[in-house]
Amino acid sequence: MAGGQPGLPCGERGMTDMKDIWLDDGLTQVPFAVYDDQDIYARERERLFQGPTWNILGLECEVPEPGDYKTTYLGDIPVVLVRGKDGVLKAFENRCAHRGALLCLERFGNTKAFTCVYHAWSYNHDGELIGVAFQNGIQGEGGMGEGFRREDHGLRQVKIAVLAGLVFGSFDEAVQPLEDYLGPDIVARIHRVLPRPPKILGYFTQTLRNNWKLYAENVRDPYHASILHLFFTTFRVNRLSQKGGIIVSENGGHHVSYSMLDPGTADDSDYDAAKLRADSEFGLKEPRLLDGRDEFNDGITLQILSVFPNLVLQQVRNSLVVRQIVPQGVDQADVVWTTYGFDDDDEELMDLRLMQSNFVGPAGYISMEDGAVGNFIQRALPGTKGETSVVMMGGEDAASMASRATETSIRGFWKAYRNLMAI
Amino acid sequence: MPPDNNPIGIVSGLLADYAHCIDSDELERWPDFFTEQARYRITTTFNHERGLPVGIIDAKNRNMLEDRVAALRKANIYEPQRYRHIISVVRITGESGGLVQAEAGFIVVRTMIDGRQELFVSGRYLDSIDLSGQRAVFTEKLVVLDSDKIDTLLAIPL
Repeated sequence: MAGGQPGLPCGERGMTDMKDIWLDDGLTQVPFAVYDDQDIYARERERLFQGPTWNILGLECEVPEPGDYKTTYLGDIPVVLVRGKDGVLKAFENRCAHRGALLCLERFGNTKAFTCVYHAWSYNHDGELIGVAFQNGIQGEGGMGEGFRREDHGLRQVKIAVLAGLVFGSFDEAVQPLEDYLGPDIVARIHRVLPRPPKILGYFTQTLRNNWKLYAENVRDPYHASILHLFFTTFRVNRLSQKGGIIVSENGGHHVSYSMLDPGTADDSDYDAAKLRADSEFGLKEPRLLDGRDEFNDGITLQILSVFPNLVLQQVRNSLVVRQIVPQGVDQADVVWTTYGFDDDDEELMDLRLMQSNFVGPAGYISMEDGAVGNFIQRALPGTKGETSVVMMGGEDAASMASRATETSIRGFWKAYRNLMAI
Repeated sequence: MPPDNNPIGIVSGLLADYAHCIDSDELERWPDFFTEQARYRITTTFNHERGLPVGIIDAKNRNMLEDRVAALRKANIYEPQRYRHIISVVRITGESGGLVQAEAGFIVVRTMIDGRQELFVSGRYLDSIDLSGQRAVFTEKLVVLDSDKIDTLLAIPL
């Protein structure tokens, strides 16, 4: 390897050496340095999160009325999403143009203008600077100089696009249109779980003690699902032998993994041969947990969809969740879980959604392990200088597949990642 | 010593036993603190104040608590860890027909097997307790966490 110094801690490797981090041009060997290198993290902030990507900011229904706002993050950069007087959604960086203080501190609210607490500079719903305290000084003394123009000091804009009630943002004016970015397969699968305006059922946030990409990979990894999450196997909620498949978008970054219960094809022999069966005597005292309704009329009981870089859209039976990944430094990330249903949910369907929320989230029967497994990798990074992980299940490319015994969508993630990062 | 009929005393004793059961890893006894039809739910202050119904754990009866314990013992994978509950003085917030409503603040320190130790959660118990029988039992236990954030995972109940 010429000149590369993978594994060096922060600041010891210039951007020019980054090409050497990867051993080859393929997708099957991921250098461990991507999970703990400060230079790479800085480059992600610049090239991914402020580059030509669409990032989930929230749901349209979170800011229904003019003046409603929500604070959130694009990558790890604080932003505000607001509905203007004209009903149009706007977003901008949550940072006063004066001294750089956070402008908006509440998670949600309604306001006519955003006023910084520090020196009372205020901004309208378009992020334009509309007021500067003592701009003309006090009694003719002080004040801003003649060269100061309010119109030069607006908030940095985030471009907005809405699809099926999901609000995406991009700092890059030149980003391609959202539907082109996603491709038709992903767009169709988003509409599938958001066929009408959603209603928020609640929030929680899971703090992961690992690099954000370990979670992005985890959600693109159907290989682990029935092995790490024994609840799946034990109760036959999901098995790799079920009918289903993986769709990987053309750019690699987005994916859908789906499966449908099909008792006729359930064949346990592969599981028994690999000794992956949990205690077969294990039954539920409250089997209603496993009830569900085919609410989208297609037999699909599980759909995990990702949009590069930070969205996961989840259907586990009738539990529907928008998950936003928020990097919090090189070795920590938050996952914001926004659970939703629909206005016309009947009582039984609402009960199913609440009951099935036991499957997901930080205490979820089939997801709690995902909170820990990334940290198991993060804690083992010290010995990985120059080493790579092995991502070869299901081949070497990032194509869509009928089998879910594959890591094709993880390879897709790295395809999109390497392309945007130019490494 | 005469039996303590003061509801504050009874509820305090119940909460002390409850915390001891969880903190000493006697989870098989944990469902016994609840009536058959008891609701046990963990939520956050943010959701609670807005009436948002989704729970981090949402058990509609004691059978679901038994399932939770069985899953923790047999199916779920998590690093060995222990809790230490510290529970505040109890407030009685309502009383009728043998049921009392009580509120108590708590913090839980989580200790991992390698010694890592952190304040895991703080919050309050909003409890409804049946005092009419031989021993006090929860008919409802709503666990309202102060923060929205859960570090890594919540395996053992609160």
